[in-house]
Amino acid sequence: MKENELIPHLFRTEYRKIVSVLCKLFGIEHIEIAEDITSDTFLLASETWGQKGLPPNPTAWLYTVAKNKAKDFLKHNTIFSQKIVAEIKHTNSGSHEIEIDLSTQHIYDVQLQMMFAICHPSISTEAQIGLALNILCGFGAEEIADAFLSNKETIYKRLNRAKEKLRIEKIKLELPSQSEIDKRLDTVLNTMYLLFSEGYYSISQNITLRRDLCLEAMRLTFMLTENDFTNKPQVNALLSLMCFHSSRFEARINSQGEIVLYEDQDTNLWSKELIDKGEYYLNKSSQGNRLSRYHLEAAIAYWHTHKDDTKEKWENILQLYNRLLQLEYSPIAALNRTYALSKANNKEDAIIEAEKLELDDNHLYHSLLAELYRDINNEKSLQHLQTALILAKTQADKQIILKKIEKLKLSL
Amino acid sequence: MKEFVLVFRRAVDLNEPQPSPEQLQASMKLWQDWMGSLAAQNKLVNVGNRLSSDGRVVNPGKVITNGPFVEIKEAIGGYTIVSAKSIDEAAELAKGCPILMVNGTVEVRTIVSMDDNS
Repeated sequence: MKENELIPHLFRTEYRKIVSVLCKLFGIEHIEIAEDITSDTFLLASETWGQKGLPPNPTAWLYTVAKNKAKDFLKHNTIFSQKIVAEIKHTNSGSHEIEIDLSTQHIYDVQLQMMFAICHPSISTEAQIGLALNILCGFGAEEIADAFLSNKETIYKRLNRAKEKLRIEKIKLELPSQSEIDKRLDTVLNTMYLLFSEGYYSISQNITLRRDLCLEAMRLTFMLTENDFTNKPQVNALLSLMCFHSSRFEARINSQGEIVLYEDQDTNLWSKELIDKGEYYLNKSSQGNRLSRYHLEAAIAYWHTHKDDTKEKWENILQLYNRLLQLEYSPIAALNRTYALSKANNKEDAIIEAEKLELDDNHLYHSLLAELYRDINNEKSLQHLQTALILAKTQADKQIILKKIEKLKLSL
Repeated sequence: MKEFVLVFRRAVDLNEPQPSPEQLQASMKLWQDWMGSLAAQNKLVNVGNRLSSDGRVVNPGKVITNGPFVEIKEAIGGYTIVSAKSIDEAAELAKGCPILMVNGTVEVRTIVSMDDNS
């Protein structure tokens, strides 16, 4: 890796570790101090490494500098010392030298604890995602603003409010108890999935950033599978789902940065490695007696790794959507279920079902009806595409619909 | 939106042959497609349950009898809870129920909430 790529890379992987370790030491209510010390460390790294060249072990260099900066801070900040150091010394069983534990095991443990702290149910979902991007993935306010098509100031404010919430709610850096784990994991998994989806479906034009988002969400979910306490079937199901989706990353965006629809994708660009990994985690998820939405969505994604339009494929997908909707309603699942119905049963039944959905203000609803009416009533199909075009909000969506209109007009 | 119970009834014929695995699967698909349809309309409140045909009736005087099919020709086979604007809309939803294909009936009843004194 080149030097100018190394620091951003280390920032992604090491920032959360150092911040988490320091938060564990200071208490999460002092997260800003932990962040300042960590940012200073990286600033010093880019200055020093630029002048003197890379140290033999850059990560160890970062840890040593962060450790020294933390000790300096405690030495020179008397107010902080009086309040906090007494407590730290107390927990350090009377020793006068402050220990800053940067062992692999401790780093791993505090990162997991940080995930649970950030994804605490008392923090709003929006704030959880912001904090997860900022603290767990090392994204700066500017990058987050880019991903959400928002501005830096808004994101700053959002992050600060979220950190304030961590203080007010007196959230601790610790793993939840055995009895709470499933409920707390639900919130963590939900945030990880949203993080992943943000990367996968984002309207941001920055493809590298989007891919990084997906990778970070997968990295964090993978961490949950490495700990016996959090390695639950639903975690493996979510990881499987992420693997299946990201296997199509190369195929779903063309060289112009436009979305390539599933039917038009070149399967040679699908990642066999990620599909295999998806199957591996899907098998691991089939334990216990709780069927989560991630199990169903992973199984649906599994069937989508088979490009051939078989009756068996669509019947399975239809039944999985039937189950998913019984578990939790969402307009997207309702639309996808109706599409699967048209493939597994027939278009006529699917049209009757589609008209019951009452999703008239959703552009995807009209795109679905256009698809169902194609070859049955092309005039009607065109009308729905034109309605979809009016309702679509993003340029990418409008482009897809315009292409369909052009294609349909040729057969009229 | 109000909530309604759909009660599925059909005549229990004890001499009826056991359905084949294929018949069971076909019937399962009909039920799942219907449930999926209700859920896709966001009108499924609770999938409910199927009920076994075996039953007991506890009578006044605490006398227990087998049943209830001795007295009622049509036994309750299960129930589902849906939401709808009116009982007529709920009845419309019930039209898709697969029990109708095997000569069963669906009884549609409004759920009275605890604080409804009307």
